This record gives sequence, structure tokens and C-alpha cells, in this order.
Amino acid sequence: MGCRSCELACALAHSAAEDLASLVASDERPGHSISVEACGKQAVPVHCNHCEDAPCVLACPTGAMHREKPDGPVTLDTAKCIGCSMCVQACPFGVLTVRRGGRGVLKCDLCIERLAKGLEPACVAACPTKALVFCEEEEVVKTKRRQAAERLVSAQERGETETDNGE
Amino acid sequence: MTEHQKSADKASREMLKCAASENIEVAWDRYEAMQPQCGFGSLGICCRNCSMGPCRIDPFGDGPQAGICGATADTIAARNLIRMVAAGASAHSDHGRDIAHTLKLVTDGKTGDYTVKDEKKLREVAARYGLEPEGKDTKQVATELAEVVLKEFGKQEGTLLSARVYAPPARVERWERAGVMPRSIDREIVEVMHRTHIGVDVDYRNLMKHAMRTSLSDGWGGSLVATEFSDILFQGPTPIRFSANLGVLEKDQVNLIVHGHEPTLSDIIVSVSQEEALVQMARDKGAEGINLAGMCCTGNEILMRHGIATAGNFLQQELAVITGVVDAMVVDVQCIMPALSPLCDCFHTKLLTTSPKCKMEGVTHIEFHEDKAVATAREIIKTAIDNFPNRTKKTHVPKQKEDAVGGFTTENVFHILGGKYRSTYRPLNNAIIEGRLRGAAGVVGCNNPKVQHDYGHIEMIKELIKNDIPVVTTGCNAIAAAKAGLLRPEAAFEYGGEGIQEICRTVGLPPVLHVGSCVDNSRILTILSAMVAEGGLGDDISDLPVAGAAPEWMSEKAVSIGMYFVASGVYTVIATPLPVLGSAKLAAYLTDGMEADIGGKWAFEEDPIEAAHMMIRHIDAKRKALKLKPMMYEQAFKPES
Repeated sequence: MGCRSCELACALAHSAAEDLASLVASDERPGHSISVEACGKQAVPVHCNHCEDAPCVLACPTGAMHREKPDGPVTLDTAKCIGCSMCVQACPFGVLTVRRGGRGVLKCDLCIERLAKGLEPACVAACPTKALVFCEEEEVVKTKRRQAAERLVSAQERGETETDNGE
Repeated sequence: MTEHQKSADKASREMLKCAASENIEVAWDRYEAMQPQCGFGSLGICCRNCSMGPCRIDPFGDGPQAGICGATADTIAARNLIRMVAAGASAHSDHGRDIAHTLKLVTDGKTGDYTVKDEKKLREVAARYGLEPEGKDTKQVATELAEVVLKEFGKQEGTLLSARVYAPPARVERWERAGVMPRSIDREIVEVMHRTHIGVDVDYRNLMKHAMRTSLSDGWGGSLVATEFSDILFQGPTPIRFSANLGVLEKDQVNLIVHGHEPTLSDIIVSVSQEEALVQMARDKGAEGINLAGMCCTGNEILMRHGIATAGNFLQQELAVITGVVDAMVVDVQCIMPALSPLCDCFHTKLLTTSPKCKMEGVTHIEFHEDKAVATAREIIKTAIDNFPNRTKKTHVPKQKEDAVGGFTTENVFHILGGKYRSTYRPLNNAIIEGRLRGAAGVVGCNNPKVQHDYGHIEMIKELIKNDIPVVTTGCNAIAAAKAGLLRPEAAFEYGGEGIQEICRTVGLPPVLHVGSCVDNSRILTILSAMVAEGGLGDDISDLPVAGAAPEWMSEKAVSIGMYFVASGVYTVIATPLPVLGSAKLAAYLTDGMEADIGGKWAFEEDPIEAAHMMIRHIDAKRKALKLKPMMYEQAFKPES
């Protein structure tokens, strides 16, 4: 919907402030790692994809950009970040940004602290229309396959020979 | 977006290029930066009316379907819409109040700077209000009229006099039957705010009923008062030539732009601007003279009455400053971009606010009061003159300026149609009945960076006159038409159908008639009443083969105007939809169901040619219902019957 609640929620979740009012009143400008872009009349949230073969990790000279676990998110060790911005240049999605007024870059951490508490990432929780959904790849793919199967069956029942899947 | 895509106007394109090369931000840039705009707002389903919120309805049906108080999308969208009507009506009615109040100051002897310039109009209006002006002197008539009209703003009993006496009886009866007869001007606004407070009105139809009533208190009330009293104080306009577009700014003269809305300010500046002492002062500073130019509706007021050039419409206000030759821009109220303040800091241009209702931080405020009008006007002009030597070398004034004709009113169209001996609307009605003219249309309204600047205005007008439909225009649309050459009488022969060419040739009218500022949309209402009164085209405004449109609207005033035209029985098409699409029921009521209740409805269509075709189909349907003769000449657009 282009409401950008995800951007606000991301900023708030990664700030020292307790709530939006205190954040706005303070000097802190945490920035947001998810951004909603306009594409014609569509609003599209663009966020870090925690790429398997992450260009930002390859580009980082100090190892600040890394993965804790092989199947975990790509996170930034701010102590090691030298603010060279190579990762910003390497990222094909443009979701790495230089921090305003502070050292280094802003990197989506998949809200690992929230996840550890059993909460969804802040952007997902904030989305009023569930445009952003946090789920396991297997779940989603399984659901889509099941829906495809249902379409195939109902098409056959209607006596048609062609399906939407173009078989 | 390229300059070409942003504006259809060559002068504006040129200035947009200038702005871009100098890295100067204008409205179009801020529009792009604002993307994507919030869908909840656009759909009208965000509510901030109480502190349990803010609330949003999920338009996809998964999330909340009601606010915390229980209000559904229908209620929320309807409440938001009626508040827009109230805001627009307030702007117009407050303007009307100021003008009526000025007349009272004249009759009380509190201002020597204003007088009754149009006695004929004074007596006509007084007669309408039932004041029996025969035998009374001007001062007495004016005193009585001012008193009666000012009471209309706040009275607590009865219904609005002007709505009763100016509208066709059948329309008044319809309003009374529908329960939307306006009572008094300020009261309707207060009731809007009451009804939209948390826990009051819920039913979207009930809210729309009051929305109609509120808008009628504007169109047939506040706006009408503004028009009539401006004519009384400053003279009813007569057809007049003027120039339009940024090219009217003069490199070698002191340029003063008057921007905003109320002629109580702009008209005085006009009368003072050519005083010998001031012109001499300008020459002493190295200028050849003083060049006055208008923008937006105050520009329309002074072009209608004095032929003062108009520099441009709403979206051009920043572009004018960027030329670098505007020595002062004096503003009062409405449609004044706050962006002008930081923009003028980048140029030598002095921005001057004049109304206590419109102030900007850090901007010089020369407050304008009716009892010191002339003195204040001189001070304003002196400020512009003193600033002339401060221009930098880098100026850029586009060459474009177009000739145009304006100054049409309900009364003088009478005279022109009937000739010297008998003022009448008969020739217009006959032309429509006989099929020389298909009908008539009003194309009005603002600019909006959501659509290409001036494109919708111009293309729609061309399509309508091509199909033998004369157009009346006001506000920023009128300025767009002027810039595009559509207000010249010759436009009939360049763009018009055969029928319209014949009429224009015979009567000597242009095919597109500029009837004034946005409050002068009330002139369109009274023209429609005159057509009904003349006869042969039905008994009510809703019978007439007419339609209205606002192809580039943006302001809340436009919402009020659209609503009062619809409530008066006129099919009205706008481009950007009203922010109601989050409520399917409300959208359906406004674009369909409403017609059964009041005889008019809205339509939303972004393409100006398609919108023109929708208006034509509607006009054809009204012709059919009236059993009028088929069109005399071959029509360009022939919908399948």
C-alpha cells in the first residue's frame, strides 16, 4: 500500500529508543534497511535477501560482513567495519546504505534478536496488509505446489485439457 | 520524467529545464520524492479523528475491517470526504464573507478606498434578495443588502436566501424533498465537524446528504456572495482582452505578481500601480515602468475586470520566481505554496504575505486592512520597486505569452446573445434545441503533478468544442485555456465543429468563455438557472444537456465545487478519483446511486478525451430525454445509440 510502516518499524527496532515518540524527539537517526520504492503506481518493498553467495560478503575486506551460521542471515560486525562502502557498491539490490552521521553501513540483520524471542522481523510485524510475509521456503513452495495441483484437478474436472501451468 | 511529460506548456517546460540545471527543487520534484504515496490515504481509509487511532482499514479484507470505534471503510471514507467539502466550502465562504464585510465597511463609512462601482448590479442583487431597491439611494440599498447577506452566514433559522432566490424553483423543490436545502453558511461547516467527530454520523449516505447541503451553502451561498459583491464593489466584468503565460513578465520593468484569491487586495493594487509618483519611482530605479501580473484566482479577478496579464496557473507559481525577474510576489490566501518561502530566499524576489490567515516564518508580512487599503498597496508596490536593482544577471524569461479574451458573466452573455435591445438567453437555448449546439460544458479546476500540467484541460476543451459544445471555464483551467490560445475567438474556427463555428461567427463570442475565478463558478450556476428560466430545455438544471469537469483538480475547494455542481444536477467528471475508492459502497453512491437522489453524479476518468466522451454521451442522453432535434451538423464523436 505504500504506507511505509515497515520502514518506520525497522528504524524503531534498531534504535536505542523505546518508542516512536522518543525516537523522533532524540537525535538518533537509525535509518531503515527496508525501503518501499515506487514503480509506476505499484509500491514495492525492497529488502536484503541474505544472498547465499552474497556479493557484500565477498567485497568486504575485513570480514565484518559475514554469516554466523552457514544457513543464517548475513550480518555486519560493526566493530570490524571500516566504512569503505565496498559492500554498498557490490549489493545488486541497493539495500546497503551508508549510515548517517555514524561509522560504517546499515545492514539488515533479519531482526535476529526479535527472532530469538520468537517474534517476526519488525517490518513483517508492522505490515498492515501482510504484503510482507516471513516464512520458510519449504512451506511457501509446498503451498504453491498444492495450489497448482488443485488448479490442475479442477481444470480436469471442468473437462478442459489445458492448464494455467502451460503443460 | 522529462519536462515534456511534466507539462504540456512550452514556457513551463523551459522553466523546468532551468530549475533542473540550477538544482532548484519544484513541486514536481517533491511529488517524485513522495512516491510511493500511501495507499491508505489515497483510498480514503485512514482515520485520525480520535486518539484511539490512527486507524486503517485493510482494503484486501484480511486485516482490520473496522477502526477501533467500529467505523467501517464506508464511514471513514465518507467522513474524510465531507471534511474535504467543508474545507473547500470554508475557503470560498470565508472569501465571500470578506467581500461582503468590505461592502459593510463602505456603507459604515469606515473605508474611503472602496466604493460601489456597479450600481446596476447592486440594485439587481438587492432586488433578488427581496429588498425593493426602487426609490432608495445607493447607500441605503447597499447598507440593507450588506446587512441581510452577512446575516446569512450565521443565522439559526430558515434556509439560505440566495439558494432559494437564484436557483430554479424545480431545483429548490428537489433540494427540499431530498432534505439538503442549505440553512446558513457557517452552520453547515460546524455541523460537518460535529458529524465527523468520533461517535456521531455513521451512515455514508447520511454523511453525503450533509455533504451536498454543505457544498450548496458554498456554491449558492459563500461563492455566490463573493462573485456578486465583487462585481458590486469592483465592477461587473465586460469582455476584455488580456495576455497569459510567463512571457508577460518584462525584463525592463518592475514586475509585481499578485497571487492568491481576494480582489479586495488585488483590485486596489491595480488601481494604484500606475500612479505617476510610483511609476516615476520605478524609473528612478532604472526600470521602464511597473508591470503587474496575476497568478491563480486573484489573477483571474483582475484580468476579468481590468485585463491585467496573467503569468500562469497554480503549478507555475515557483516557475515565475525562477525567471529571476519577479521583484515582489504578494500573496493573500489559498493555493499559495509554502515552498515559495525557501524559493524566494534563493532569488532577489521579495515574498510578501498580507493576510492574518496566511503567514510564513521569516517572510515579510504587510498586513492588509480595508481601511488602509490604498496606503498598504502603495507600500507593497514600493517594496517591489526598491527591489528592482537587486536582480542578478542570471534571468530567464520564456517568450511565450498568448492573447486571450475573458470577462464573461451571466449578465453580459445575456447582452451579447440578445443584442442591444433584448438581453436574453433565447439564442443559446434555441441553438441547443435546434441542434446547432449539442449542449454546454463547464471545464474548471486546478493543476496537479499527478497528471501532465495543462494537458487534460486543453485536450478536453478541444474535444468538446470539436463536438459543438461551447465551454465555460474558470480558475486555473481558464488560465491553461488562455495560454493554449483557446480563449481567442479564432479558436472556434481552428478547433470547433461546424455548429459552434456558426454560432461564434453570428454572435461574436469565443467558443470558450472565461467567466472568472473559482468563486465565479457561481456564475456557471446562475447561467444554468438562466437557461432553465428561458425555457425549452426542461424545468430543472438536471434536465439540461450540460456536464462539468475538473481534469486536473487537487484542492479541497475543487471537491466542494464538484459536490455543489453534482448536488445542483450536473454530471461532473474528474480525473484523479476522489479519495473514496477504499469504500466500494461510497464510490458506487457517488458515481451512480446519487443520481436518483439528487439528479447529478460524479464520474472518475483519467483520460481527458475519454472523459469528454463521457460528458458528450451524457449530454446526448439529456437531448434525447428532451426530445430535441438531431444535431444539425455531422458530429466528430458519435456514440453507438
